[in-house]
Amino acid sequence: MNAGIAQLQMQFRDYTISLYQQGFLDDQFTELKKLQDDGSPDFVAEVLSLFFEDCVKLIGNMARALDKSTGTVDFSQVGASVHQLKGSSSSVGAKRVKGLCVTFKEYCEAQNYEGCVRCLQQVDIEYKTLKTKLQDMFNLEKQIVQAGGVVPQVDID
Amino acid sequence: MVVADLLSSFSPSPELHVLAVDDSFVDRKVIERLLRISACKVTTVESGTRALQYLGLDGDTGSSGLKDLKVNLIVTDYSMPGLTGYELLKKIKESSVFREIPVVIMSSENIQPRIEQCMTEGAEDFLLKPVKLADVKRLKELIMRSGEAEERKTTNPSPTRILQNDFDSSSSSTSSSSFHDGSSLDEDTQSSKRMKLEFTVQD
Repeated sequence: MNAGIAQLQMQFRDYTISLYQQGFLDDQFTELKKLQDDGSPDFVAEVLSLFFEDCVKLIGNMARALDKSTGTVDFSQVGASVHQLKGSSSSVGAKRVKGLCVTFKEYCEAQNYEGCVRCLQQVDIEYKTLKTKLQDMFNLEKQIVQAGGVVPQVDID
Repeated sequence: MVVADLLSSFSPSPELHVLAVDDSFVDRKVIERLLRISACKVTTVESGTRALQYLGLDGDTGSSGLKDLKVNLIVTDYSMPGLTGYELLKKIKESSVFREIPVVIMSSENIQPRIEQCMTEGAEDFLLKPVKLADVKRLKELIMRSGEAEERKTTNPSPTRILQNDFDSSSSSTSSSSFHDGSSLDEDTQSSKRMKLEFTVQD
């Protein structure tokens, strides 16, 4: 079964590298991995889980704030939630989400309604995409461990 | 001197107790882990108000027991609803009991006037988010060295807000080996988030 483990490890390595190369993750994610050890083996997964909960909450806030049916749109309220999402995405290394938040924030400041709505849709898709990708990555890790292997450290240059 | 070194190497180095203040759940989890992995005791709170309550500075006298758990360092986010990190910093520096506790401000925004305002108010350092392990390690070294310098009652009034590069030249203590790790100073200067380089002339 060693060939199986080696194959899984290679898959994991390739997949992880691709996530960085495609801009889903940045070096802050690498920093989080440094904080994981045998004593806290699920640290990264736990933080990311909190992050995704944050996404749901904040995107909900943004959607409500952008709802014209309740009256005029309060762009500063939208901006406040965008700022928070920008912060937490930055803290976990969610590079694309963070990038979208930067653009989103500019639209809020410009009080550009259509721009904001577009960003809202994009950020919703983006966090969900990242969530799926990371799930696949965590699953590969699990498979490696279950097969009796060690999750390789992946060096991103 | 040698005997003192030996003695200090046997006694466990005291753990820093850090109070971390941040309204973001994600950031609290990360800063807590960063500090724990750096061998610090950590208490996290979600707001400046809660921080004051914890310290017993909010006027309520109910939290008397907490003074036993001495806080050695406060790390706070700048932008928080209610009391900002800056306002929290001011309140701490206004307190006769707590003004000696070093306060570090964290922010995702690199705004010069903001940084200057905080440093003028007495902040120990200003960290740009996202905070990295190297930032925390450097911070810990800074705090522990300044605490050590106080213990030795050095007549050299070496300011705590000094550049890393000044560590060796300004410190008059020669046997700070238990805390000094020369190699890490070099890697830390690579950490691009340090604002202090912009304040070289301050002290």
